[in-house]
Amino acid sequence: MPDEADKPYTEGPMHSTSPVIDPGLTFASVTDKISSIVLKRKTSLAWFFGFAISFALFQLMLLTMTNLLFVGIGLWGVNVPVAWGIDILNFVWWIGIGHAGTLISAILLLLRQRWRTSINRFAEAMTLFAVAQAGMYPIFHLGRPWLMYWLFPYPNTMGIWPQFRSPLMWDVFAVSTYATVSAMFWFVGLIPDFATLRDRARSKPFQILYGMLAMGWRGSARHWHRYEMAYLLLAGLATPLVLSVHTIVSFDFAVGIIPGWHATIFPPYFVAGAIYAGFAMVLLLTIPLRRFYGLESFITMRHMHNMGKVMLATGLIVGYGYIMEAFFGWYSGNKYERFMIWNRMHGPYSLYYWALILCNIIAPQFLWSKKLRSNLLVLWIISFVVSIGMWLERFVIVITSLHRDYLPSSWGMYQPTQWDWGMFIGTIGFFFTLLFLFIRFLPMISIFEMRTILPEAEVEE
Amino acid sequence: MAEFENPSDLVAAARRVYSLGYRRINGYSPYPIEELSEAIGFTHTSLPLIVFIGGLLGGIGGFLMQYYIEVIDYPINVGGKPYNSWPAFIPITFEMTVLVAAFSAVLGMLVLNKLPQPYHPVFNLPNFALATRDRFFLAVEANDSKFDHAEVVNLLKSLNAVEVTDVEV
Repeated sequence: MPDEADKPYTEGPMHSTSPVIDPGLTFASVTDKISSIVLKRKTSLAWFFGFAISFALFQLMLLTMTNLLFVGIGLWGVNVPVAWGIDILNFVWWIGIGHAGTLISAILLLLRQRWRTSINRFAEAMTLFAVAQAGMYPIFHLGRPWLMYWLFPYPNTMGIWPQFRSPLMWDVFAVSTYATVSAMFWFVGLIPDFATLRDRARSKPFQILYGMLAMGWRGSARHWHRYEMAYLLLAGLATPLVLSVHTIVSFDFAVGIIPGWHATIFPPYFVAGAIYAGFAMVLLLTIPLRRFYGLESFITMRHMHNMGKVMLATGLIVGYGYIMEAFFGWYSGNKYERFMIWNRMHGPYSLYYWALILCNIIAPQFLWSKKLRSNLLVLWIISFVVSIGMWLERFVIVITSLHRDYLPSSWGMYQPTQWDWGMFIGTIGFFFTLLFLFIRFLPMISIFEMRTILPEAEVEE
Repeated sequence: MAEFENPSDLVAAARRVYSLGYRRINGYSPYPIEELSEAIGFTHTSLPLIVFIGGLLGGIGGFLMQYYIEVIDYPINVGGKPYNSWPAFIPITFEMTVLVAAFSAVLGMLVLNKLPQPYHPVFNLPNFALATRDRFFLAVEANDSKFDHAEVVNLLKSLNAVEVTDVEV
C-alpha cells in the first residue's frame, strides 16, 4: 500500500467549508507524518539559516540587557513625563500575542471546535515563548532589577510587604500564574506525544530523553480517562485566566488617573485586542510553516478562513473601542479628555495615531471578502500589518497619554533610544530562537488529538 | 493481551469481557476513547473534587494572605481608606485560585495515574510500540478472580483480535 505520508496534498477548493483534516489520512500516516519532522527528516538548511539569524538577534538581546543591568534605565529614552516608554509597550504587546494560544487551546476546546486540533500545540508554544519575552520587561524596567524578588510576599528582615492594592502587584501574580498554567497545560498535552516519539525514536539518547519526558505513558484507558478530565479542567481554568490576565494588564493603565488611561472600556478592549494580535501572529507563523513542512493536510484552508474571521471579529471590537474612546473624549465635556483626543489626532504623534487607524481598522476590512481570505499572501500581509498596528495601539495609549496630561509645564516628548529598539528586536530574536528549537525537537501538531478527529476514530456501535 | 486493528473492535471486546464478569481488565489506545473507559467499568475519578478543593484553598489562602499583610501586619494608611479593601484584593485572590487549582489538576492527575512509572509489564509485549500509533490492546490480568488462562485466551481470540499474547509480569 503506498505510503500515505509521502503523498503530496493538493489544495482542495479554496473554501471555508473545506475539511478540518485531509480525508485521506489514517492513524498511522498522521503519526508518521508528524513524528518524522522531529525524528527522521534531515534538518534543512533553511532551518539552520533561520535559527542562526534568530540566535544572533537573541545575542543582541543579551547584550542590551547586560548593558542595562550595568548602566541603568538611563540608557532608554524614558524620562519625565513619559516614564513608561516602549518597554511597557512591548510588555503588553508580547502578553497580548500570547493570549491567542490559550484561546485556541482552552476556549475553542470548551466550545468543541474541532478545527483547533492541528494548531493548538503550536499556538500554545507560541504563548509560552511570548509570555517569556513579556515577563522580562517588568523586571528590567525596574530601577534596580536585582531586587525584583521584593515584589513577592516573602517574610523578610526589613519588616515590609508588597502593596497588594497596586495593579503592578496584580500583574506579578497574573503573569506568573499565566506563565505557569500555560506551561503546565502545554506540557500535559505533550505527554502522550512524548510516548509516541519514545516509541518511534531511532537513537538511544532521544529514546531515553523522550522516554523520561513521557513518564512511562502507555495509553492505558484508565489513565486516558483521568487525563481527559484534567485537560478539560485545565481548559476550564485557563479560560477565565486568559481573560483576567489581560484585564489586569489593562488595569495598569485604567486604574491610573490620566486622560487616555482612566477608561472603563479598557478591560474588554484590551482582551479583544490581545486576541486580535495573537491570531495575527499565529497566522503570520503558520502560513509559511505549513507550506515549508508540508502540513497542508493538517492545517487546511478551513483553519485559514476561521482564523481570518476571528481576526476580523476582534478587529471590529477593537475598532469599536477606538470610536468609543474618541466619543467619550468629546462627550465627557471634560477639557482634559477632549484635549487628549485632539492631541492624538493632531499633536506631534498624530502620524502614529492615523497609522494605527489604517493598520487596525482599515486593513482587516479586506477579510470580509472570502476570496481575499483564501489568498494566503493577502492573509499574511494583513496579519503582519495588524501586528504592527497592535504595537502602534499600545504606543498611542502609553506614550501620547503620558506626554501631555494635566499640566502643560510638564509636557514633553519621548524618543526611544537604540537600546530600547535593540532590546525589542532582541526579544523578537529570542522568540524565534525558541520557536525554531520547538519545531525541530517537539511535535508541532498534537499527534494524539489529531487521531481523535480522524473518521476512523469513530466507535461504531 | 489482545491486539485489535480498530477502536470499535476493542470497545466491543471490552464490553463482552466486562459482561462476562472480568474486572481486572484494561485497554490501551493511542488516543482517548470515551466508550472504552465506560466499557471497562471505569467512570469515577476524584480528580474534579481534588481540583475544587485546590481552588478553594488557593482562593482562601490568597485572600487571607492579603488580609493579614494589609490589615494586620503592615497596614498602610492611604487617605483614611479602609484597610480591608477587599475589591482591590480580588485580582490576586482569583489568580491564586486558578494557580492552585491548576497545580492540583496536573499533580492530581499524575499521582492518581501513578506516573512517572518508567517500567510496566506491558512494555515487554513486542508489538506494544504500536499502542502509540494505530493499534488497540485489551489486557486481562491474571490476578482477576475469574481468570483461567485457556478460557481467557479462547475468549479473546473469538473477539476479532489480530493477535493474542501472554505478557510476563
